Amino acid sequence: MQNLFDLAVTVNGTRYEHAVEPRTLLSDFLRHDLGLTGTHVGCEHGVCGACTVLLDGSPVRSCLMFAVQTHGHEVTTIEGLGTIDHLSPIQEAFQEAHGVQCGFCTPGILTTVKSFLEQNANPSEAEIREAISGNLCRCTGYQHIVDAVQLAAEKMRA
Amino acid sequence: MKPAPFEYYAPTTVEEALSHLAEHGDDAKVLAGGQSLIPMMNFRLVQPSVLVDLNNIPELSYIRPVENGGLRLGAMTRHHQVEIDALVAERAPLLHETMPKIAYSQIRSRGTFGGSVSHADPSAELASVSVALGGSFRLQSQNGERWVPANEFFVGLFTTVLEPGELLVEAALPSMPVRSGWSLMEVARRPHDFALVGVAAVVSLDENNLCQQAQMVFLSAGDVPMVAHKAIESLTGQAPSPKVIQAAAEIAASEDIDPGSDIHATAEFRRHLANVLARRALEQAFKRAGDNQ
Repeated sequence: MQNLFDLAVTVNGTRYEHAVEPRTLLSDFLRHDLGLTGTHVGCEHGVCGACTVLLDGSPVRSCLMFAVQTHGHEVTTIEGLGTIDHLSPIQEAFQEAHGVQCGFCTPGILTTVKSFLEQNANPSEAEIREAISGNLCRCTGYQHIVDAVQLAAEKMRA
Repeated sequence: MKPAPFEYYAPTTVEEALSHLAEHGDDAKVLAGGQSLIPMMNFRLVQPSVLVDLNNIPELSYIRPVENGGLRLGAMTRHHQVEIDALVAERAPLLHETMPKIAYSQIRSRGTFGGSVSHADPSAELASVSVALGGSFRLQSQNGERWVPANEFFVGLFTTVLEPGELLVEAALPSMPVRSGWSLMEVARRPHDFALVGVAAVVSLDENNLCQQAQMVFLSAGDVPMVAHKAIESLTGQAPSPKVIQAAAEIAASEDIDPGSDIHATAEFRRHLANVLARRALEQAFKRAGDNQ
């Protein structure tokens, strides 16, 4: 281990202080240091979208950021969306519309969709497909995912 | 898939960043949005010993109007900011239309204007669009600063005129002449993926509806943004008839570009795409110029 950096970051509303190596990717910091394994690591080079988290509310690939870069910022992961007992409307919609097959891409899609629906409360199917274009589902369950996003938008408007 | 260790600096001013770059010279790499650099570090294709992170320098992030109708963009202005900016939509419609085509929303949250052009990937939309708009870049080092036109900035594959210790701090995009039209067309295997070929076109018409100026720049069609010099020459002073446009597209695809072959497409297929895209881009650009009374 070499030069450690004292990182202070808020993740899902909780403030964490950790000494990290500058080279530690945000995705690894979340999973290994904080134990937030809901953020999935797929390709580690910014293609698959599975590791998408929200940085100050905007969707980012956590494999394409160093943890030190989140110093003083707020990160939201899938664990910050809802709990088993209190699912968020997006999570409910994905459950009801069967927007989940193997589940590997799901955390990245849900975080992406959260940011998207906050900006566009009543999206068309084309806009939804555009919004999730940076998230690969290798089960190819896109139709149900699109249905789930539409359902989530309805729930959030209600 | 983990980056090699490096020394990390997060300066808060340009001056401080330049001093780190001066001290570490060739060993230092600048970290802007990181959307190209970090994948390469994850693969260990690059292993910089020093990273100078620009993300804590607020003075590098802005979009400002200039008096002649153009725009100035700070190097750390993120793609998403450019995408939603009303001034960009009004003053640089080609850039406005280009932004949503760049990668994905997650990448556009982080990626920066200066980072994209400094990386000098020939498939980058912003490199070709900067050349098409006649933009220029302000490069700063501890020894001073210089302005370099975009068409002289890119010198080879992933290579620019930037010297060690030098930082791209700002881009200037002039306004387009009156009666101008523009277009950006590209083909990718999957939407938003790296384009197999793309083209940015900007044209203007004179009072007789003849082509006064034209610019056409291809991406993914050579080692640098490829300016279609011969095709442009064939258009200038001509009435933009379908025949003239078709001929210019053919010249561009056969003589002005130098595409390579890889697993995604052969050079021949890229030339075919270039021909079709150039024709469509010119048609759209001239139509817009004509509508733009």
